[in-house]
Amino acid sequence: MRHIISLLMENEAGALSRVAGLFSARGYNIESLSVAPTEDATLSRMTIVTSGSDDVIEQIIKQLNKLIEVVTVMDLSEGEHIERELMLVKVRAVGEMREEMARIAGIFHGRIIDVSDKTYTIELTDTVSGLDSFLQAIDRSLILETVRTGASGIGRGDRVLKL
Amino acid sequence: MELTGAEIAIRCLQEEGVEYVFGYPGGAVLFIYDALFNQDKIKHILVRHEQAAVHAADGYARSTDRVGVALVTSGPGVTNAVTGIATAYMDSIPLVIISGQVPTRAIGEDAFQEVDAVGITRPCVKHNFLVKDVKEIANTIKKAFYLARSGRPGPVLVDIPKDVSNQKTEFHYPATVSVRSYHPAQHGEVGLVKQAAQLLLGARRPMVYAGGGVVLSDASKQLTELVRLLGFPCTNTLMGLGGYPATDKQSLGMPGMHGTLEANMAMQHCDVLLAVGARFDDRVIGNVEHFNREKRNIIHIDIDPSSISKRVKVDVPIVGDVAHVLGDLLAVLHGSKQKPEPQALAAWWAQIEEWRGKRCLGYKNSDEIIKPQFVIEKLYEVTRGDAFITSDVGQHQMWTAQYYKFDQPRRWINSGGLGTMGFGMPAAMGVQMAHPDATVACVTGEGSIQMNIQELSTCKQFRLPLKIVLLNNRYLGMVRQWQEFFHGNRYSESYMEALPDFVKLAEAYGHVGMRIDKPSDVEPALKEAFARKHDLVFMDFRTDQTENVFPMVPGGKGLSEVILAEEL
Repeated sequence: MRHIISLLMENEAGALSRVAGLFSARGYNIESLSVAPTEDATLSRMTIVTSGSDDVIEQIIKQLNKLIEVVTVMDLSEGEHIERELMLVKVRAVGEMREEMARIAGIFHGRIIDVSDKTYTIELTDTVSGLDSFLQAIDRSLILETVRTGASGIGRGDRVLKL
Repeated sequence: MELTGAEIAIRCLQEEGVEYVFGYPGGAVLFIYDALFNQDKIKHILVRHEQAAVHAADGYARSTDRVGVALVTSGPGVTNAVTGIATAYMDSIPLVIISGQVPTRAIGEDAFQEVDAVGITRPCVKHNFLVKDVKEIANTIKKAFYLARSGRPGPVLVDIPKDVSNQKTEFHYPATVSVRSYHPAQHGEVGLVKQAAQLLLGARRPMVYAGGGVVLSDASKQLTELVRLLGFPCTNTLMGLGGYPATDKQSLGMPGMHGTLEANMAMQHCDVLLAVGARFDDRVIGNVEHFNREKRNIIHIDIDPSSISKRVKVDVPIVGDVAHVLGDLLAVLHGSKQKPEPQALAAWWAQIEEWRGKRCLGYKNSDEIIKPQFVIEKLYEVTRGDAFITSDVGQHQMWTAQYYKFDQPRRWINSGGLGTMGFGMPAAMGVQMAHPDATVACVTGEGSIQMNIQELSTCKQFRLPLKIVLLNNRYLGMVRQWQEFFHGNRYSESYMEALPDFVKLAEAYGHVGMRIDKPSDVEPALKEAFARKHDLVFMDFRTDQTENVFPMVPGGKGLSEVILAEEL
């Protein structure tokens, strides 16, 4: 099953490689991983999307907790949560497709953030599956490049993960 | 007064009460060696290869409850040390390894003797540090010792660039340290401890399965008290030997691939299993599905939450220090009026005695050819079971674990997890340094001993009177055994041709060598060797080439699918 894990870790050189190394060394899946500093400059927030049986997920959480630089870990999928991912897509947009592409982007609440005479660059923020739907909605041959950040997640309501 | 980073590093080791540093100098650690030269509190043991430095520090740590310390240079110094570090990591041994690094400005430039020490050791350390600021050295070393010895112990590496070791700052060694992201549990949850007590008291076919955690936590007193109080059978893993006295009638010996029939059958058929500081690894329980076929309640005490329910689901998971949890469990049991049901227990013991009656460790002795088991039995007799025994890896390791009865913890020193050939002799050096007056023997094979044979030179320099018990069968015996059983007798590359004359070799290093060919000479040779209190004696026992280790649970099989010697 797919899980989205949020963790706080020391904002130190090498901390990221400890987490990445753990996943590869123990053969865990990693669908996406995103990391950035938090409002507390000593901490980084990492969001990992992974999949596995309940036993595997339990081990992943335990192994993450075991890393000395990991301060706290939460499996967001265990409760109500919100997920978003940012995607930048560069598409071919010529002739009548120019208008059509702008229209589809609009339907998905995308913004055209760069324009050339042959291309659009569209920015979309949505759930992972929302972004997938957009890509499915447009002609594959028109996609020149996609850049995705991987999912970020946060608990709903009062649910927070902080020190 | 300001001190250099190198001086600070040495002062930190002094503050930690370090007696010995096992190491090897090189360019990146010259300042540290200079600081070492200018003091006399810490003694440096110069090994002949960095792997041996780490194994020696490891042997020192295993035979005491202290942290072992090794010092190596950058690049090849670190890569040579990696096998030693991984060995300690797999067996949860507290070590601090200080490595030199190229100067800060040269890092990343593929400088001479540069290797990414933090990167290359990351998967096999509990934690590691690259110190980029001289002001951080003291605090980092303090943290390193704290991390190494607390919680589930393990090796910690501190990488110090050469320029940092020569910069100056005020020295202040912090009295305490706290790491906000690290809070190892001490006591187990009270409710779970009570639940465990209830399960134990209600058990009809109980079994205690004790691992290396009992030794590491110095909990053998509590374990012994608990096992005797309840009258339960107890098995100690390869890492846990000595955690419960092997000569006691409640001891069933070792479980696992080469464990006793009684231990394995009791593991498989018990209704309540108390696992203490053990991790259900593949060499202990064999095939997980087969193990899970029998219904039983499992109580698991371990300091590392990730060891619990990793391979086997458990019913009562207790995270905490083994000594503390066993102490709490004992208090609950002492306070309970209930006792285990005597009739059920008697029936269970009758069943165990039936298994034990098969005498699975019996072997056919010979007047003609030396049986390796016989050597270990005689070693046990001659040392009166009171030696520190290290081993390498292979058949000799298993025979020693089976035939030398360890009644005390920290006496049996071997590489269980990683299975590192070449571990035995350097580890024995560390043990002998820690216990200068004790009898220390290394049981080895002709394959393993050659993996760190150069340490005979270190033994000469520091006058370490080790007794090397070489079971020389001219084969990589365990490899040969598997090839015989599972690869149609095709002995691919498992014969050791062109072996040295070990007697001459020992003599070349300035030691005493003995070659023993006849069974009748085994005991006199051992007696003579162990009487030489001040000499390293290298005993080359020419043993039966075809002897196999039994019992054996083949890889991937279940604990009750055991091959006994008599069945072949």
